[in-house]
Amino acid sequence: MKTVLAVASAGGHWIQLLRLKPAFEGAKLHFMTTNQDLSKDVAETLYVVTDANIWEKLKLIKMFMQVAWVVIKLRPDIVITTGAAPGFAAILFGKLFGAKTIWLDSIANAEELSNSGKKAKKIADVWLTQWEHLAGEKGPSFKGKVL
Amino acid sequence: MIFITVGTQLPFDRLVKELDGFYENTKETVFAQIGPSKLSLKNCEYTGFISPIKAEELFRDASLIIAHAGMGTILTALKYRKPILIVPRKASLGEHRNEHQLATANWVRELPGVIVADDEKAAVNLLSNPQLLINEGSIPEFAEDRLLNFISKMIKDN
Repeated sequence: MKTVLAVASAGGHWIQLLRLKPAFEGAKLHFMTTNQDLSKDVAETLYVVTDANIWEKLKLIKMFMQVAWVVIKLRPDIVITTGAAPGFAAILFGKLFGAKTIWLDSIANAEELSNSGKKAKKIADVWLTQWEHLAGEKGPSFKGKVL
Repeated sequence: MIFITVGTQLPFDRLVKELDGFYENTKETVFAQIGPSKLSLKNCEYTGFISPIKAEELFRDASLIIAHAGMGTILTALKYRKPILIVPRKASLGEHRNEHQLATANWVRELPGVIVADDEKAAVNLLSNPQLLINEGSIPEFAEDRLLNFISKMIKDN
């Protein structure tokens, strides 16, 4: 059975991640987010890390360490994320520890990819946008939307 | 009950202030989640932040949601089949880091129950015509099948 770590920060990213649930059927699934209360949405284990963005360096470092710890502990086969910063950290450490990594950029980014989305390009094995017109040979692929 | 929500990251005082003025003398209960803002409101019950559990309750009980153009808020309103009136934040006014909410506002107007107002004045104009603010449609619970199948195959083939 494949181990999947599915990651999203609280809010819109998390709600988009939940809309992917049927794709994880048959896998050993773990979730990661930034708010403990969101355990209401999932029956699986939920790992909670500090919420941080690129403007908050100290929090960011703490969050990266928390994410690294979970990835080392779980050794997932697949890491998938809808963003934002914790998802980036998860695919970074996922890649480092041999997981296949999937970045699905938020549907909110209809005109250009998010900042973390652009950074994810170098790391993610599968780099997806939810907008067909943003896909391209050197850009992300389009395989569908959460809505 | 009317539920106003602007997310947790940034204030959206331009919208909140206008709505508080609009709801003077209303008989309706209006609850506003205003984010990290210093505003004090006269006509709405309000708070900066609410737990996800409380938020879900408010979405469920509301007859109308008024919000910024955040995807989480829009998807949640649609999940509970509630009409949602959105006003996009503008990065040009310092309300967000980039203009993605304008982009969102441009395409979500095609969704059932989503009404877009370009700014706070347009929003209160729309609120004066409540018959416009209905949601008779619904959205599927999960992502498009082609996306689910692609991800599921990625996991199995790994």
